Amino acid sequence: MLIYEQSSKGRSARAQYEPCELRNSEIPESHLRSERLGLPAVSELQVVRHFTNLSKKNFSIDGEFYPLGSCTMKYNPRGAHNAASLPGFLDRHPLAPESVSQGFLSCLYELQEYLKDVTGMQAVSLTPMAGAQGEFAGVAMIRAYHDKHGDSERSEILIPTAAHGTNPATAVMCGYTVREVAVTRDGDVDVVALKAALGPRTAGIMMTNPSTCGVFERRIEEIASIIHEAGGLLYYDGANLNAILGKVKPGDMGFDVMHMNLHKTFATPHGGGGPGAGPIGVGPRLMPYMPTPVVGRRESNEHFWMGEAEIPDTIGNLSAFMGNAGILLRAYAYARLLGNEGMHRVGEYATLNANYMAAKLTQVGFKLAYPDRRATHEFIVTLSQEAKELDVSAMDFAKRLLDYGFHAPTTYFPLLVPECLLIEPTETECREEIDAFIRAMASILKEAKETPELVKTAPVTMPVKRLDDVKAARDLDLVWHEQT
Amino acid sequence: MPFVPHTSHDEQLMLEAIGVGSIEDLFDEIPPALRTGVLNTTPDAITEKELIRLMADRARQDEINLSFIGAGAYEHHIPSAVWDIVSRGEFMTAYTPYQAEASQGTLQLIYEFQTMMTRLTGMDVANASVYDGASALAEGVLMAVRANRRSKSRRILMTGNIHPNYLSACLNIIRNQQIEIDVLDWDPQSGLTDQAQLGVYEGQDYAALVIAYPTFFGGLEDVSVLTDWAHGQKQLVVGVVNPMALGLLQPPGSWGQAGADIVVGEGQPFGIPVASGGPYLGFMCCGSGIVRQMPGRIIGKTVDTDGKTGFALTLQAREQHIRRAKATSNICTNQGLLATAATIYLSLMGDVGLQSIARQCHNGIVKLLDGIKDVKGVERRFLAPVFHEAVIKLPKPAAQVLLRMQDDGILGGYDLGEVHPSLADCMLTNVTETKTDADIASFLSSLQQAVVA
Repeated sequence: MLIYEQSSKGRSARAQYEPCELRNSEIPESHLRSERLGLPAVSELQVVRHFTNLSKKNFSIDGEFYPLGSCTMKYNPRGAHNAASLPGFLDRHPLAPESVSQGFLSCLYELQEYLKDVTGMQAVSLTPMAGAQGEFAGVAMIRAYHDKHGDSERSEILIPTAAHGTNPATAVMCGYTVREVAVTRDGDVDVVALKAALGPRTAGIMMTNPSTCGVFERRIEEIASIIHEAGGLLYYDGANLNAILGKVKPGDMGFDVMHMNLHKTFATPHGGGGPGAGPIGVGPRLMPYMPTPVVGRRESNEHFWMGEAEIPDTIGNLSAFMGNAGILLRAYAYARLLGNEGMHRVGEYATLNANYMAAKLTQVGFKLAYPDRRATHEFIVTLSQEAKELDVSAMDFAKRLLDYGFHAPTTYFPLLVPECLLIEPTETECREEIDAFIRAMASILKEAKETPELVKTAPVTMPVKRLDDVKAARDLDLVWHEQT
Repeated sequence: MPFVPHTSHDEQLMLEAIGVGSIEDLFDEIPPALRTGVLNTTPDAITEKELIRLMADRARQDEINLSFIGAGAYEHHIPSAVWDIVSRGEFMTAYTPYQAEASQGTLQLIYEFQTMMTRLTGMDVANASVYDGASALAEGVLMAVRANRRSKSRRILMTGNIHPNYLSACLNIIRNQQIEIDVLDWDPQSGLTDQAQLGVYEGQDYAALVIAYPTFFGGLEDVSVLTDWAHGQKQLVVGVVNPMALGLLQPPGSWGQAGADIVVGEGQPFGIPVASGGPYLGFMCCGSGIVRQMPGRIIGKTVDTDGKTGFALTLQAREQHIRRAKATSNICTNQGLLATAATIYLSLMGDVGLQSIARQCHNGIVKLLDGIKDVKGVERRFLAPVFHEAVIKLPKPAAQVLLRMQDDGILGGYDLGEVHPSLADCMLTNVTETKTDADIASFLSSLQQAVVA
């Protein structure tokens, strides 16, 4: 039942406001609202109960194992949430003077330093509000660099076929056209195809490494020098940074610019869709173009905002203030809790968990998309054989997993592997949880052979069964109306 | 090891199952030259106890008694229930609701959010959020260029009294798509758009007119006149609104003869702390005829295989994960948790609550503006009616006055000299329902002393 369907005229959460009439107002009548606001009329308890009960219809990391490939659904430490929710942080106005902002600014400055350290980049700007905005900032900087060097005929961005959809969408938002580059059967970028695609129009390449095929791009150093020799720049999509945190630095691989998804690698909560934070790191070539604001520190140890005055060639601000500041504080807190040693452990144990899972799933009869490769922090299972022989699809497996109390892995991505599940356990899951997931997968495989209808009609234990997506798009019902 | 649960026994068993001798072996496909892994500046781990102490010390440094700064971020009372519920792991640690059957809580909530936002704005449909108000403006401009069927123009008109950070962010985001923005002048007396100049733009081809309501200076444009003019010029109308103001003021859907076509804005006033600028809640609403041009996630009601009502992401063919290079935007992660906060906030407030808060805000600024009449050398800079924020002219540079007020623990407003050199002796001051009569009295006495000092 919707909150609107519990509404009763005259009811309200009376402790939350003081009834009020206008006094001495100068606002002309024509500006005043004559329409109802159209909000529900409910009591405070009704609100609390309604939304508490709604929350119970969600899977979440706190409640369930969530092995979503390329999404890094790791534990979100409560301590980081609480630390960022201290009154001094919540009440600080974004335009408060620097003199009463040193606490906040010092956290951001230090976070910039840690992110430089783990990525091997020369400078960091924290302001992009999610991965896609980090990508936008990065590609806009590549464009600014070429424009500054009078190299404006470069109009293409190369993108491997396995890339996230945000990559091509971002390139287009920056005024580029996209040229796709094939991936070999082993999951590496096809260097021959890459060389063929390169030319005077190449502005740069966007790469994810480890790629969304769940493997490390082995010829990355060669690729970097090929691109650089052609006058292009390299963008690193940090979606899979968790795989190599503390092990390998994108700066060392030759990337000129990158974004980090703090809501993945730095354990800030996904919030049912957001917010995230997508700071960018830059190498020496792109440092002059960083988005503002950036936090600086004077010799006196005072922190200050760096804007256009300090970064004259900046691509500018991308939000009203400082992006998703509260997420940055959570990431800072997480970095402090992890510490130097803990940072190294992330990539190591994320990789251990994924390889263990891949090995065990193979044992119980699943087929890996790249069986000859090491898994990184994630790997791909392909169910094309099951789909053909048993008529049970990857989507059916995913839905049945929900009945077993596990969130489904990423399905049908990357697009180049048919009937795939992209599985990422993260470092924060214990062996017992992973073993339970493997037992569930084995059990579903058995069901697929013996009682396929059970799998094909799953889930049966969720608040709803499979939904009619076609109807949702055809008979659009996007807001509630009293008569419906 | 923080957040890594493996015992050495686990590790051993797992390595054996994989068939390698050590974790290091798992990285053997990575060129050795790249496997440096040395971290130089990251400090050693601290415990949660130490973390809270450290962060509390820093947060305390930034505490302030009273703030009258608005300028795009507004301090309102946030009911306790809002963040108690938002912080439930089931909302906070869920992913994007791609697996609809396991995400009905988030999906239904966003459907309710969409309903509330369309009702407040008087529009047909809303999306599930974009980043913040400034990025919502950029998306609104891009959408208007796509959606205007009567014009292929890539030029936009915008009222010049819009938030300067919104304008710059918008320009920075759209820059590489060959879209131009022409900014209208504001009248130096009223602070409102100088309508006399509209004649200059008549007959010229623009995709849309963007109108800020209230303006950055807090003033109320004659939105109906502007809307009708723009529609007469075959332009779409994009309203940039403070949704709290809509508790009191005419909704964009009712502007002029036909209403605005696209409405964007910052949902922060609805249960979201000012918190250094984010995370906030960019929102977008539009008419149903152009919904396929709207970026971002949209939730629709449908049925399951038993015919039972359920909710799912819909119209996904607009989005990057399906359409890739042809998507309406690159946005993926949005501000879902903040939409959750706003939905709970609006449910608690209801019509009467939100209306009362909006009125209280307005009454507060009226009282403050009345009070400055008694402060020598201080006056209202613009005469246009305001919602809950106004420009105050001072007898000396605003920076000096504000610094002095800070000694009393009061942030008196925003120094407009930072963005408009012609207003260096002006501050932008905001009052919300959080300010009592005593707070306003403190402001006035602090201001009094600051101007004579």
